[in-house]
Amino acid sequence: MPETVFHQTFDNGLTLLGYPMPHLRSAAVNILVPAGCSRDPKGEEGMASILSDMITRGAGKRNNRELTLAMDAIGFDRACSPGPINMRVWGSSLARNLPQSMEFLADILLRPQLPKKELAAAKALALQEIQALEDDPKRKTLVELGKKHFPFPLGNDPRGTAEGIRAITSTSLERYWKDHFKPEGAILAVAGNLEWKVLRDQVEKLFGKWKGKKGPELKLQPAPGGVHHIPKETEQVQIGFAWPSVPPTHPEYFNAVGMVNVLSGGMSSRLFTEVREKRGLCYSVWASYKNVNNLGAITCYAGTTTDKAQETLDVLFDQLKKLEKGIKEEEVRRVKIGIKSSLLIQEESSSSRAGSIASDWYYYGRVRPLEEIQKAVDGLTTEKILKHAKKFPPKKITLVTLGARPLKPPV
Amino acid sequence: MKFENHQCSNGLTILGETNPEARAAAVGFFVRTGSRDETPEESGVSHFLEHMVFKGTRKRTADQVNKDFDRIGANYNAYTSEENTVFHASTLPEYHSQATDILADILHPALRAADFETEKKVIIEEIGMYEDNPGWKVFDHARKNFFADHPLGNSVLGSVSSIQNMRRDQMTAYFHRRYAPSNITVAAAGNFNWESFHKQVEKLCSGWKPGSTRRDQIRQTSGAAAFSLLKKESVKQQNLVLISPGPPAASPLRYAACLLSLVLGDGSGSRFFWTLVDNGLADSADCAFHEYEGTGAFYSSFSFEPANTQKILDIAMAQIRAVVEKGITDEELGQAKSKVLSRLVRGSEKTGNRLQDIGMSWVYLRKYISIDETIQNFDKVSQRQIQQVLERYPILHVTTTTLGPLGKLKAPVVANGKKTV
Repeated sequence: MPETVFHQTFDNGLTLLGYPMPHLRSAAVNILVPAGCSRDPKGEEGMASILSDMITRGAGKRNNRELTLAMDAIGFDRACSPGPINMRVWGSSLARNLPQSMEFLADILLRPQLPKKELAAAKALALQEIQALEDDPKRKTLVELGKKHFPFPLGNDPRGTAEGIRAITSTSLERYWKDHFKPEGAILAVAGNLEWKVLRDQVEKLFGKWKGKKGPELKLQPAPGGVHHIPKETEQVQIGFAWPSVPPTHPEYFNAVGMVNVLSGGMSSRLFTEVREKRGLCYSVWASYKNVNNLGAITCYAGTTTDKAQETLDVLFDQLKKLEKGIKEEEVRRVKIGIKSSLLIQEESSSSRAGSIASDWYYYGRVRPLEEIQKAVDGLTTEKILKHAKKFPPKKITLVTLGARPLKPPV
Repeated sequence: MKFENHQCSNGLTILGETNPEARAAAVGFFVRTGSRDETPEESGVSHFLEHMVFKGTRKRTADQVNKDFDRIGANYNAYTSEENTVFHASTLPEYHSQATDILADILHPALRAADFETEKKVIIEEIGMYEDNPGWKVFDHARKNFFADHPLGNSVLGSVSSIQNMRRDQMTAYFHRRYAPSNITVAAAGNFNWESFHKQVEKLCSGWKPGSTRRDQIRQTSGAAAFSLLKKESVKQQNLVLISPGPPAASPLRYAACLLSLVLGDGSGSRFFWTLVDNGLADSADCAFHEYEGTGAFYSSFSFEPANTQKILDIAMAQIRAVVEKGITDEELGQAKSKVLSRLVRGSEKTGNRLQDIGMSWVYLRKYISIDETIQNFDKVSQRQIQQVLERYPILHVTTTTLGPLGKLKAPVVANGKKTV
């Protein structure tokens, strides 16, 4: 099935992507604006998070209640959340309501009211989100791992800090919005039952007059790295660790993904088999490729009761070391088909397709056809993955544990 | 999309909805069994057995099961609820029959002793994981409090001791009691060929011995109207769950009940949203309608700053009371319908979702409902039916459960539960 991805970059630097899926009845929009939490002002950490709440509290001529009711009336489900680099605004509805959804989005992005009297509510919610993270040990561990492993501010937790949230004022919020909500470098991706020309004309009309340049390059500080323990009286110890890998644009990228899948793709993968199936050490154990902008990492996670935690960590590291000793043909066959089928199956819905074409455009400046990705996956071999594993071994590991007892990091 | 079904002579039902446009094909085995069908001594066996199903058969070891699924790139899993145990796999169309073959095989597991003991440890880890998560824990307590002596209050996971003490022969007995072909529905959805699918399933499963299963205590309950305050100082946010009675899965009022839950507690623009979330009082306030065989319930759940507990509880109860006393507006009903329409259509564009929908609809209603018919059923809901839900199910008869650092709280005034039919 040949696919067509239309694209147009307007004079103001906004790129529109359109991916027609004529067999569907829905349409989904995914917008990336370079206003992620890495841009949070010093002392006002959590600013992007507050903005993501405030921009939907009234926009254009509609106040908060009117806007919410109008969007609900057409079944336009939407959300807005800051990543490290981009603020992501996404939503979906029936395809016939796409034009109206686009009008709402234009109001939200270009004409938010940012009502002063609602800032206190947004801040109260943001403070509770910070507090709620303490009640979710797994997420807390992974958030801390991100902060320790990636250079500041790329590892920032979008939730910010309680002090940062409290310091935000209506004036600083408005300034932040004016400084960062810009079309240059923004990506607006639409997938679903759409007519490209109609969409393009509407977007040009709605967003054509949006003006402004994106912010300066981020100045990165070296990542802290190292070994960290968060003491907490829990049943299970949470284990999270990461080591550097290649960026998504790197020629070795698919080898890295292949390697991760040898470790953790499917229930016959090495970590699941050795840690859970053979030893019963964990319910949840996995490894995955993760990147923040152009920094890649391999992340591993396991949650296990206190008295099994050291053994779990040791078995995990032992498995990582064993990677270099060899990979079987059978494993690579499994990895290839696994990646290919999840790629195709996940891309069934308009919302996931809108998300992945936007992300492709951000990283590659183009949308990679599914055939191209399949070909790259088909090209994986035991030799390539093995060579990659040797070239990017688990070194410079950042380890974060949370639980009753700290663990001894393996050598 | 086309629907087909077939009943085998041993009682097994096979059904399928074909969609040649789909990129994927899904297959699932829906066993009508769960924690409500367990005796106290075998608490957690349904879920434990679900794990053991992946541990191999006479033909396959556990490792082979995993490898066979992974070799075809299957996206496969299983889940256990209070009344269903479901095994499912999504694949590219060319692997659909292989996925079907593996699932049909593993549904008769070997239950080897060594695997049984190793898997106990995994289940105990799973219990530990949920134990550390107050948002989940409060739900489990709330359900127990609401259902009291009704079997739907049984824990799905069981306890550390019930799992540790479980013997293989108990699981074998449970398997023979619950996994009869007449208690199992095999469904497929997406891009597959019905003729070859149903013939394949019939061939693979014709040797399954017929048997009869029964489910006790399929009764309506309006809940215990209990009040429970669980103090745990290490928890930061206060968690609150209110459970109210609702119609069962087979009731024609299920669509009205679902719309009512959206008006009360959808994530956007609902009554809870405007009175609790929008103003910053609670970082979450939701209402969901859960339907079961014989009964149903509305689950309202909240998370917030502990100091505000009394205020939140009062507001939530006032919102429920307002709906009971004054009903909902036409505008609210229309909005809830628009949301459902949009979510149903988008959900149906994923093959895995269609599989769950057609499977569950058959399990509960012995009926196929196309996506368009589902939409119509929601669209037809009138204010009269909303009123009927409110008249027949005393949603003010709430069971209150809260978990967090809070030490004291006044129980809410609840209506009596006698209105239930």
